[in-house]
Formats: sequence, structure tokens, C-alpha cells
Amino acid sequence: MPTNGGDVVEIGVGEQCGNVVDIDLGEQWRPLRPGKLTASTGAVAGWGTDEKAIISIMGHRNAVQRKLIRQAYEEIYQEDLIKRLESELSGHFEKAVFRWVLDPADRDAVLANVAMKQSKVDYHVIIELSCIYSPEELLAVKRAYQARFKHSMEEDLASHTSGDLGKALGIYRYDGDEIDARLAKSEANVLHNAIKEKVFNHEEVIRIVSTRSKAQLMATFNRYKDKYDTAITKHLVDDPSDQYLAAVRTSIRCINDPKKYYEKVIRNALNKPGTDEDALTRVIVTRAEKDLKEIKELYYKRNSVSLDHAVAKETSGDYEAFLLTLLGKED
Amino acid sequence: MAGSHEVDTLTKAFSGFGVDEKTLISILGKWHPDQTKTFRKGTQFFIQDERLFERWGAVVLWTMHPWERDARLIKDALIDGPKSYNVVVEIGCTRSSEELLGARRAYHSLYDRSIEEDVASSVTGVERKLFVALVSSYRYEGPKVNEETAKSEAKTLCNAVKNAAKKNPMEEEEVVRILSTRSKLHLKSVFKHYKEMCGKDIEEDVAPHLSLKHTVQCLSTPQTYFVKVLDEAINPDADENTKEGLTRVIVTRADVDMKAIKEEYHKQNGITLIEKIEHMANGNFKDFLLTLLARGE
Repeated sequence: MPTNGGDVVEIGVGEQCGNVVDIDLGEQWRPLRPGKLTASTGAVAGWGTDEKAIISIMGHRNAVQRKLIRQAYEEIYQEDLIKRLESELSGHFEKAVFRWVLDPADRDAVLANVAMKQSKVDYHVIIELSCIYSPEELLAVKRAYQARFKHSMEEDLASHTSGDLGKALGIYRYDGDEIDARLAKSEANVLHNAIKEKVFNHEEVIRIVSTRSKAQLMATFNRYKDKYDTAITKHLVDDPSDQYLAAVRTSIRCINDPKKYYEKVIRNALNKPGTDEDALTRVIVTRAEKDLKEIKELYYKRNSVSLDHAVAKETSGDYEAFLLTLLGKED
Repeated sequence: MAGSHEVDTLTKAFSGFGVDEKTLISILGKWHPDQTKTFRKGTQFFIQDERLFERWGAVVLWTMHPWERDARLIKDALIDGPKSYNVVVEIGCTRSSEELLGARRAYHSLYDRSIEEDVASSVTGVERKLFVALVSSYRYEGPKVNEETAKSEAKTLCNAVKNAAKKNPMEEEEVVRILSTRSKLHLKSVFKHYKEMCGKDIEEDVAPHLSLKHTVQCLSTPQTYFVKVLDEAINPDADENTKEGLTRVIVTRADVDMKAIKEEYHKQNGITLIEKIEHMANGNFKDFLLTLLARGE
């Protein structure tokens, strides 16, 4: 981690010798010690691409360090490291590294854009943004999206999808702890009617789930449990024929227990014949610096096998090595 | 009997942006109820000063940070109901993306809820989807516009208008999508193509649906909308609610586009806004409004 004054920043170590670099990063930074190199520059430039070096370096760096590496690379080679990686790497490995190297908000913006461009829009990504990310995190993603794509995320999503899901992303939820108990009661009833009794009141359900604050929704779910003796999630039955409720179910799961939700996404991604690399990459890369550790624990509890083991079994090559590196990161 | 000297002193006590409580107390405290009644009736001034200091009077609104101001205005508009729906549209459409975001943050702090959830739960009529979408917007504000998309969206709007008898355009998903997510620059292009394709200004075509008309106006030619609000507020027959428009428009637009609004007012009415206010407002309230109108000159 970069520190103030005094300390030397070692961005990377490596066996191969690339260029010796003295990077002046402003007054707070002493130049890198000669001999300790930004080996990622060596790993890519001039020696053919050393995927192992890329994995070992990038995989172990946090967001701030990755940014510094990108800047350093640009200064030395006058090109964007990302562009270079895109041309040198391929496939799932490339995608994973590319995602990892981006700033978190930028990454999420890219993932959202990819999700909405699929012929069958991947709603999970959108729902995760709307229900798991904090309102401030979502705002950062929106800004990054506008900077990158010169459109608002909402307008792109709305023009690629129909229905209410896109609109949910526009909502800037209240982020505090205040709740209205009376409201929680009445809205628990509305949800119960829709889910259990199948009394369709689409608008009201969407309204509640997409506009209420997380705290209010948790209070509502608690109220639901008190009144109906069952957790709302237990009443959510996966019915593939019911498209409309699928988004609602996912939203409720995301709000109720995000880590459990992510464990399920990973489990499904690994169990799918052929493995859903996109989903696997997405969860591992976006949660690596957040709650991946807990998701791993949940995975082990649920499946009696470690996530590392499962990933090693279902993936291979550089892609596997990179994922395992991310999984092995200790913050 | 209240001496004219006391009346003068009282007048002074109420002038400016504060009240000289000591003087107030010493004079009014001594007065017989009939004297105070005569005083109230005798001077236009109390009523006008109420408009300075009452809840969303000019000074109070002006003193607030714009974000807090907008948050409170929306809250009140939602409480007032349909007669104030134009305020929801006004704030959703005439503020910049960051200003609207700021208002949403201020609303969280003030009311422990989001504007979106309150609009969604209090607006129950045909306007609901449109309103929620407008207050949720975080529009791109850059220069990039896709003309092909603008043309195709103009066509979509044309069709929705043609179909108005069967379905209220305000409830059309595509209409809401276009009006609430596209950048204002893009919409200018859409409306331009609309006129070429449909023959009329979209404003005219959607006129029967008031909220839609306000939306379109606020997004493309806000000064037209604001002049209308001023006209209705200045009308002597206006109700209290409508009268508030005068203060609101002048305070909220003083540092934004007042110049354009004044020009439009003059164009529409043949007399300048300043002249009109000189003519029909009184006392400190008048002075305050004129001071705001003179800003940036």
C-alpha cells in the first residue's frame, strides 16, 4: 500500500530484468530503488508475454497499486497497458486480467455494458448493482460509465431492455438506518400476496423492491417472517416460466444476503456444463477486494469442498492460475 | 391610538432580512388588540412581509442551499398533490444532473427517505411512471448526440401521440424512456426531428396531457414554462398555491436563466417583468424580488 513520506514503494518484483525505473510520483514518493523493478513492464514488453509474471504481479496488487503500474507503463512505453494486454492475451484469461486492472467503478461500468449488450441481457449484473452495491458505489459506477461510454448507463440499459429492471438502476436509495415500521408491515403484506398468493400486483412489488432503502427492506423482510412464520426467501420458488418474478426473487435474495447470493452464482457457474466463465470471473474479480473471503467460507460450508479446489477442477491454464491467485489474496 | 411614529418604528423593525424583536415587543406588547388590528389592516406590508418570511417565502427560500431548497419544494409538492405536480416536473427537468443528485441527497438527510420512493408511493395516477423516472434521472451532459437514434425516437414519439386516443402517451414505456433517460442535447435533436416528421411542435401535440407538456417544455425551452408559471402567479385571481410560483421561480432561477426568462416574459407580455413587479407587488417583498431580478445585470 502506498504510504506517506519516507517509504519506498515496491510495485513489483521479478526475476526478469526489464527497465530500471525511477518514477517520480510527487513529493511523497522516493524513487523506486534501482534493482527493484516494475517487472510488469518487462513481463509484457519485448520478451513476449510472460503470463505467469502478469498473474503473479497483477494478481497480488490492490487497486491503487494497479493504477500506479498502469501509469508507469504509460510513461515508459507511451501506450496504455490495457491496450497492450488486450492484444497480447486472449480469451478468458485476458478478460479476467483486463477486468482486474481497471479501477473498480470503471470495471463495474464495463461489466454492466457487456451485460446489457448480450442478446439475452444478463439481469444479474444489473440487479447486483441496484441491490448489493451501496448507493454511493452505484453512483461511482454511473459516473465511470458516462466517462467511458459517453452515454448514461440508464439510457443504454433502457434502450436494450424492456420492463422495469432498467428503471430500478436509476433509483438513488436512501442509505441510512431510519425505518418506518408501519410501512414495513403494509409492504410485507403486499409482497406476501404477490409471492405466495400469486395475486399479481407487479407495480407495487417492483416499487417496493426497487425504491425502498436496504434498511427498510430488511425491516419489511423481518416483518414478513414475524407474520408468516417463514423467511421471505423460503417462499421464493424458482419457477422458470415466471420471468417477472425471477427479477424480484433475485433482488430480494441480493438484498437479504448478498454473500449467499454470490456463493450461489459461483456454484451455478462452476456446475454449469462448460462452466460460465463470465459469471465466475465477474464474482471473483469484483469481490476479491471486498468479501470474497467470506464467500469462499460459505462455499466450503455449502459444498464441502474449497472454492480453490472447485475452480482448479473446472478451469485450466493461465485463466485458472489467475483466478487462484485472486482467491489466494490476503488483504 | 397608534402614533404614526410607532408605525414608522414598526415598519423599520420589519424591514430588511431580520426582525428587531426588542422594538416589536416594546410597541406591540403595549398595544390594545384593536390597535394591532388597525395596524395590520392599515399597512399592506404585513401580508407582503409574510411572503418574505412565511414558510417558503422569498427570504427563507433564498437563504437555503439550492439542494435543500429543491428537496423541500418537492416534499411540499407531493403533500399538495396534483395541483403541484408541475413542481415535481420542474425540478426533475430543469436542474442539471448534479443539482438533481444534490437535491436527492438533501432529501435523504431531511426526510430519511429517497425522493424516488416518496414519488412512487404518493403519485398514484397516470403520472407515476413518468415522475419516478424524471426524478431518478442522471443524464449524460456531454456533447455527443446520435442523429439516427434521435430520428428514430422522434418517430416513436410521433406514433405515441397519434395513438393518444387509445393510450395515454404518459403511460407509454418508450415515451417515458426517451424523455427521462436521454440527454437534453439529444432531446433537442429529437424534438427538432419530431417537428419535421409530425408537422407540429411536440409541445402542442402533447398539450392535452399537462404533465407531459410541462416535461417537454422544461426539457427544451424552460423559459417558456417559467413565464407561464409567472403569468399565472401574478394574476390577481390566483389562489395561494399558484401565487407561490412567483417567489419560487424568481428565487430558483435568479442565478440560472433569469435573463432568458425576462426576455421571454417581455416577448409574451409586452411589458418587462420588472415593470410588472413594480406595479403589483409592495413593500419589502417587492424590493426583495427586484433585488434578485437585478442580479447578474
